[in-house]
Amino acid sequence: MGAAPASRDVTSYGMGLAAPLALFFLIFFVAPLLQLFWLSLHNDTAGLHWGLGQYLHFLTDPFSLGVLGSTLLLGAEVTAVCLVLGFPIAWLYQRVGPKLQTIIILIVLLPLLTSVVVRTFAWIVILGRQGIINATLQSLGVIDTPLKLLYTQFGVVIALAQVQMPLMTLPLITALGRIDPNLDDASCSLGAGSWRTFFRIVLPLSLPGVIAGCTLTYAAAITAFITQSLVGGGQMLFMPMYLYQQASTLQNWPFAAAISIIFLLAVLAVVSVFTTLGRLSRGYGGA
Amino acid sequence: MSGRKRTLEAISFELVMTVIAVIALVIIIAPSLVVLIVSFTSGFSLRFPPPGYSLRWYAELWNAWQLHFAAKNSLIVALWATGLSVALGVAAALAISRSRTLSARLLDSLFMSPLVLPALAFGLAALMLFSLVGLPVSPLTLVIGHTVVCVPYVVRNTVAALAQLEPTLLESSAVLGASRLYTFRRIVLPLIRPGIIAGAFIAFMSSFDNVPVSLFLRDAATDMLPIRMWQDLEGKLDVTIAALSGVLIIATVALVAVMERVTGLSRRLTS
Repeated sequence: MGAAPASRDVTSYGMGLAAPLALFFLIFFVAPLLQLFWLSLHNDTAGLHWGLGQYLHFLTDPFSLGVLGSTLLLGAEVTAVCLVLGFPIAWLYQRVGPKLQTIIILIVLLPLLTSVVVRTFAWIVILGRQGIINATLQSLGVIDTPLKLLYTQFGVVIALAQVQMPLMTLPLITALGRIDPNLDDASCSLGAGSWRTFFRIVLPLSLPGVIAGCTLTYAAAITAFITQSLVGGGQMLFMPMYLYQQASTLQNWPFAAAISIIFLLAVLAVVSVFTTLGRLSRGYGGA
Repeated sequence: MSGRKRTLEAISFELVMTVIAVIALVIIIAPSLVVLIVSFTSGFSLRFPPPGYSLRWYAELWNAWQLHFAAKNSLIVALWATGLSVALGVAAALAISRSRTLSARLLDSLFMSPLVLPALAFGLAALMLFSLVGLPVSPLTLVIGHTVVCVPYVVRNTVAALAQLEPTLLESSAVLGASRLYTFRRIVLPLIRPGIIAGAFIAFMSSFDNVPVSLFLRDAATDMLPIRMWQDLEGKLDVTIAALSGVLIIATVALVAVMERVTGLSRRLTS
């Protein structure tokens, strides 16, 4: 198929049609990122003295490393919660009729399209001192004084998990839909129980979906700075807000650029680990 | 004996999975419902359940000119960014969708990369470049920045729609003497239109909701709705924001319902 000249092949279009967007990306996406990298290699805010000072500063500063560590940990926690809650949704989706399927999809989809500020605001209402959880627990007599839920790690994780849940659930639904239902029956009729069938057959075969979902959820959770800052409050600092403070409030552009590059590399590293796992899992489950 | 044991085992499995799934679905939907209910409160706080119900905060919203101004800016930028994304994205999708060459795959990765890279880092980078070349931040820089982060949705949905197109349709059209342009207008475009509309819709919603790019690329005079709401929430917990959230939630539900009819949005995102 590669031998036929593209212009003769009526089913494909020339690569020239991609030129406008490629040019647009070159000027407004690639060039800015290169400029960001260039500036991060300077020791002074004016960008005159070359050096690795910004990176050294970040990598030897316990505070900066702590921010990076807590951001990566936050992503892992949110991804784990999304996986545990999202997988049963995808499982249920495959077992119900088309009417319920549409309802489930729309429930999953709605938060994805609702404004992030609105969704985060909802969690402030739920987790606050007079919020729904504290009010319920107090009226039941379980607690006397309101629990502190807002501005805690727990609050940030649960809010982010809800906000990012669609990114996990949609690939899982796709992956589970591709599994031959006969495999499930075969496993059961051969004497394996439901739990065993799930962990030995369904879960391994859905790994490509699990990995796709984890990649999207992780990348979204660590960059979601509206939810991080509103639910986390001032005491908890994560990479996006750290970057924004350095760039906007302190006007320290070279250091902000170095933070950005380190953050970009961290995201890329996680994505490529997941992508490699995805390739391996396709070889494993793709028979 | 073993049959009974297996049934119990199967029931325990189905029960656990169903219960977790229902809890998860409740967690997903509850926040929107809570905000909707609170927005109709007659009180001054965000207490739940509200002490009484009224439309006072929606009436308040009617006079909140700052929010109107921000909403208008967000709408204009989102419309321009969506238009530009469709023009650039559909053309690029046509070029890369049926090509298996390395350059097509590389371009595909490039066009998708704004989806995973931190938008805040991109916003800062774009601001640095614009200030280097002496282009002041303005609605124009906003539209450019938003287009970069929104165009992946158009490309992805259009590529997916093109992938489902039967090549034989195009071949028969060519055999019957139709020109490429005629085939495109009469065969290809009608078949991929729902995909383009779905992509444009998601691009529009994500532009309207964008904070990280807008934070860096807007000028002082251009207030954007999600930033205005965010800053209001950082300061005080205003019930007007609950009413505005109510409006946004209802508008989103209505738009999704329309899009489900027009494009089969839900099937599109799970295949």
